[in-house]
Amino acid sequence: MSIAIISGTPEQNLAVSTRTRERILGIASPIALLVVWEVAARLHVIDTRFFPAPSSVIAVLIDMLRSGELVTNTLVSLRRLALGTLIGGVPALVLGIAMGLNRWVRAALDPIVAATYPIPKSAILPLALLIFGLGEGSKIFMVAIGVFFPVVINATTGVLEINHIYLDVGRNYKANRWNTFWTIALPGALPVIMTGFKLGIGIGLILIAIAEMIGAKSGLGYMIWTAWETFSVEQMYVGLFMIAIIGFVLTALLNELERVVIPWKRD
Amino acid sequence: MPPMSATATNRRAVGAASDAAAPAIRPAIRISELRKTFGHLVAIDNVSVDVQPGEFFVIVGPSGCGKTTLLRILAGLETASGGSIEIDTPAGSQRPANSMVFQGESIFPWMTVWNNAAYGLRMRNAPAAVIKDKVAHYLDATGLTRFAGYYPHQLSGGMKQRVSIARAFANDPEILLMDEPFSALDAQNKLLLQEELLRIWDEQKKTVVFITHSVDEAVYLGDRIMVMTAQPGRVKSFVRVPLPRPRNVIELQKAPEFGELVHRIWSNLRDEVQRAREQDEGAHDTGDGAA
Repeated sequence: MSIAIISGTPEQNLAVSTRTRERILGIASPIALLVVWEVAARLHVIDTRFFPAPSSVIAVLIDMLRSGELVTNTLVSLRRLALGTLIGGVPALVLGIAMGLNRWVRAALDPIVAATYPIPKSAILPLALLIFGLGEGSKIFMVAIGVFFPVVINATTGVLEINHIYLDVGRNYKANRWNTFWTIALPGALPVIMTGFKLGIGIGLILIAIAEMIGAKSGLGYMIWTAWETFSVEQMYVGLFMIAIIGFVLTALLNELERVVIPWKRD
Repeated sequence: MPPMSATATNRRAVGAASDAAAPAIRPAIRISELRKTFGHLVAIDNVSVDVQPGEFFVIVGPSGCGKTTLLRILAGLETASGGSIEIDTPAGSQRPANSMVFQGESIFPWMTVWNNAAYGLRMRNAPAAVIKDKVAHYLDATGLTRFAGYYPHQLSGGMKQRVSIARAFANDPEILLMDEPFSALDAQNKLLLQEELLRIWDEQKKTVVFITHSVDEAVYLGDRIMVMTAQPGRVKSFVRVPLPRPRNVIELQKAPEFGELVHRIWSNLRDEVQRAREQDEGAHDTGDGAA
């Protein structure tokens, strides 16, 4: 509320619809925050060693874009994120659906999943480094493990939540196992599975940043870590900003993907 | 323990019915001394009946009488605890033994109307040309051609049930099983769909086993009606419906024979409904009572 007043949004204008006003507010409030930050930094109200002015961060960002350093590190992180999502997500999907469809598979695997799920994934990093070394393997593994759990759990739940009548239809119309998977279990559980992927990729993003800070020579996490070592606070903010952007764009892309692969979902 | 005399009466009733219809033709469905128990609960007890080829066979009974369970056993979704079921499949027939129209929403929300209607044919790898032909025919018959590309959430309840009917007919089974397909619909839609069903059924006169708790519906649609007792579900009586076909559901209501039949079945059913209501205090559920 107060931010809107500071930014001078024409709140009194009754001709503007509530939705438009919400949108304006959504754009205006981050801009307002940046303006306040910039002003405060220039007036030295805040400590610029920790909170450098946005303009100086942008200047560093442009430098890093020119040198190619930012693009390289971003692409490296994205590649690890993509591979990890694939390597963790696909087996999780198959396993989760199998667990949902077959009580014996569920009985065998559910305790293992339930016991390993609560382990903080970041605590596995030393083990991952031990097993996979300092190369790509350990980073991809960390993302994979982060994506695996939400997807396997959501796929199981998603299948179990499918109305039983659909499975009866499958049996009555003689769908074999393969068809039951492709025509009932997968599409029936897909909305819940998509949520699992969104959660998983979010966790993957956290883990990739952590993994790259320790024992890596590239990536956004590494970039942030070196910024700390060289006390280049602006560079640190550039890294944080990039991770935020990646998170934002991925969420938007996944929402769009959801709309494409789940066309039957109610608006 | 169920009284033995009732079982004996059932046998006689069944014997009489099958004797009358038995000569020469092999029944499409032969149910012999069928029994189904859930733990201690006897859902179906000693049901025997022959359904003739091309017969529109209706089962009525109070809720909880095991009629849905009976249909599910016929559909292969449930196994019998005793007795047997034979569905006559001609040698070399490519047709599936049965297709079911389920109670409630059973069409896949993730498939378009067309893909839903094509489901059975796809599952048994029918040639593409056959699928196209059959689906087009039955979507047309149910007035859904225009909505072929729609998803179920864009359809009304009546239209969804039409898709379910199109799916069953398109699959071209030996027998059609229908489990109170219209029970969730409002009165107007119910009338329309009953008429449509009769019209589509008239094309090929497939054997139908239709379950309902509505006596009117049973008389509108059926050639023969089996009245079941409250739990445990036994055969109470068989009633023939000699009304000529093709039938007009609305015109039928004026016919005196219609009223007489409804009355007869109702007086048959009344005691059972009463008994089911008393049993309901125990809130037993045989899978029939839920709706």
